[in-house]
Amino acid sequence: MAHASATEAHAHEHATQEHHGPQGILKYLWSTDHKVIAMQYLFTGMFMAMVGGFMAYVFRMQLAFPGKSVPLFGYVSPGEYNALITGHGSIMIFWVAMPVLIAAFGNYLIPLMIGADDMVFPRINRLSYQIFLLSVLVILSSLFVKGGGFGGAWTSYPPLSANADYNLTPLGSSMWLVAVALEFVAFLLGGINFITTLMNARAPGMKAYDIPMVPWMIVIASILFMLSVGPLFAGAIMLFFDQNLGTGFFDPTRGGDPVLWQHLFWFFGHPEVYVVLLPAVGIVIDIVATFARKKLFGYKTLLYTAVATGVLSFFVWAHHQFIAGIDPRMANIFTVTTLLISVPIAEMCFVIIATLYGGDIRLKVPMLWALAFVGEFLIGGVTGIFLGASGADAYLHETYFVLAHFHYTFFPIAIIGTFAGFTYWFPKMFGRMMNETLGKIHFWGTIIPFNFIFIPLFVLGLDGQQRRIYNFQNFPELQHLQPVRILATISLVVMLFFQLFFFWNVIRSWRKGPKAEKNPWKSNTLEWTTESPPPHGNWPVDEMPKVYRGPYEYNHPDREEDYWPQNLPA
Amino acid sequence: MAAESAVLTMDSSRPEPRRRPQIVASSVLGMIMFTFTEAMLFAGMISAHAIVRARSAGQMWPPFGQPRLPIEQTAFNTTALLVSGIALVFAHFAYRKRPRQALGPLAIAALLGLFFVVFQGVEWVALLEQGLTLQSSAYGGFFYLIVGAHALHAVAAILCLTWAWFRLRRGALTPAQLGTVEVFWYFVVLVWPLIYLKVYLS
Ligand SMILES: [Cu+2]
Repeated sequence: MAHASATEAHAHEHATQEHHGPQGILKYLWSTDHKVIAMQYLFTGMFMAMVGGFMAYVFRMQLAFPGKSVPLFGYVSPGEYNALITGHGSIMIFWVAMPVLIAAFGNYLIPLMIGADDMVFPRINRLSYQIFLLSVLVILSSLFVKGGGFGGAWTSYPPLSANADYNLTPLGSSMWLVAVALEFVAFLLGGINFITTLMNARAPGMKAYDIPMVPWMIVIASILFMLSVGPLFAGAIMLFFDQNLGTGFFDPTRGGDPVLWQHLFWFFGHPEVYVVLLPAVGIVIDIVATFARKKLFGYKTLLYTAVATGVLSFFVWAHHQFIAGIDPRMANIFTVTTLLISVPIAEMCFVIIATLYGGDIRLKVPMLWALAFVGEFLIGGVTGIFLGASGADAYLHETYFVLAHFHYTFFPIAIIGTFAGFTYWFPKMFGRMMNETLGKIHFWGTIIPFNFIFIPLFVLGLDGQQRRIYNFQNFPELQHLQPVRILATISLVVMLFFQLFFFWNVIRSWRKGPKAEKNPWKSNTLEWTTESPPPHGNWPVDEMPKVYRGPYEYNHPDREEDYWPQNLPA
Repeated sequence: MAAESAVLTMDSSRPEPRRRPQIVASSVLGMIMFTFTEAMLFAGMISAHAIVRARSAGQMWPPFGQPRLPIEQTAFNTTALLVSGIALVFAHFAYRKRPRQALGPLAIAALLGLFFVVFQGVEWVALLEQGLTLQSSAYGGFFYLIVGAHALHAVAAILCLTWAWFRLRRGALTPAQLGTVEVFWYFVVLVWPLIYLKVYLS
């Protein structure tokens, strides 16, 4: 009966689409359906991840085997090396972590998890992706313009970034700024949509504490993004004017201040860490509760912790500038706030561990990724304490220790978090189950080499080896650790190789994986109550879900089954 | 009801499901979010200006050879903008009583806004003639950056007010649309005194 009405609704939808909606391939390019837009973000983000990964491969090869021709690329010139590290950093943060974790998962999951048929502003949503796509085209073409891509690092400090006489990339550096600014506009539009949708489009009966963690975390992240991006946007306009209109905002000889940019940049840059962290935490929490078959330990604690992290993250930015000539008294204050922020983060880890404790744990592929996230992120968090303390930072600043630290935070967030979410919601997104064996090969083939890339880099950093060096042969006193650099590079190549298993698994499962039922993981949240994949509008109009309880009621004593869907009447 | 929900979702391929009642209309809420970001944009520019201003402590401000800003004329202009904001408040309450009564105050708000922008433009021309340009100093750079960003917002908001006026005359303006435009214009009005204080009077 329900099925018949669903097909009827479907037929009706097709009939009307012939008059209103676009046809064929345009249906996917010009759609306002949140699921289609999510897929656009997801695949664009994954493509950019391949670009960023290839860049990492090229410059790691140059570092391990300096002056040798890199297979698939050729000889790496100093300018190209700089453009590669800049491109890798910018792309992985702005064009991989943000679009996949916030835009793709946010667009796909927020309406489904709160029981809405779409975002509240579908057309603004479409515009958001189109602006994002434009930013992708600008950043990619900036690599090929005269003078080459911008090479002043993803932080783009002036005076190097402001003056073409220094950076030698007059076009590349401006295009980099334009691309970043466009990307911000895209996510601003997306963020407005997410927040408004969560506030105004929840299913009847869904109170604040009935919202699953993924929508909460993505919305808190969007709020952080929207509050932090303004000053950097102002800085980007000023830097663009310095580059192209001859102003002197960051030029000390003309009354400007180069450290001003660092303040504007890191006022955004540090909250940005939490902008991408929180969605990943949300994904991990949902997976952990589902596969531990246990009620989430401390729902409210986690929620308030996330808010506290967000608030604190606005008061830590100057820990990036301890040796940029800021007042040591100010450095002390920022050391305290920085160390303080590890408290809520540790609390999040404890919530996850307490949820696991005594659970009926099932080590499916998404769960493996979720557990790996906790373990690896912990290393990133702990090493951050060394850098947050201004005394230790004076020694470690600008060494490979910094680089290893933030890869131990960003890799778990952007890569492990994404794989966790992707493998968990793949059945919903594509209506097929993924292959567990291939998934496990891919998992171990990613996690083990990952540690072999970055633990060696901690060693290099503790040895005092500086970042941003094109050819270590020019520094004989840094040569004794060359084998460590080679180990890191080989591990990277191994890790990249194992990604083939992921693509193989995706294509194979998509084409002929076993059909996924509505709720393959026996989960509670609303997205599992509709078809896999969900139809346009997510549920038939007369079957929109109602909510009766919180999202994490697993193994409730009053029930026979070990799960209790949110939409099941009491 | 049907017409209004069509305006809100703009998707006609499927009948509308039942929705939860909205305490604040989505478009108003979205605009409020947007103004938070905008407030931070201006906060970024104004505090950057404040940092550069503080660095110049003990030196001449305005820098040597640069004109002082027309504080008195701008005070008058600031008043015009604030009155425009008040006119919009009147429009809001008039609309609640009888929508078409809002036509008058809405027009006053838009015209005073236009007066503000034109007056500001005249000031810019005078300052440019006196040698204050984007490139002449960080002082000039910040002046044109901040005031220019505000002017762009003002022009965009005046276009929205005009659009709302024409829709109102046709009887097609919804409360949500008026609310959205209002939030935008109040933002433009209220951020200006801060700019006046921190840029003109610093
Ligand atoms: Cu930081």
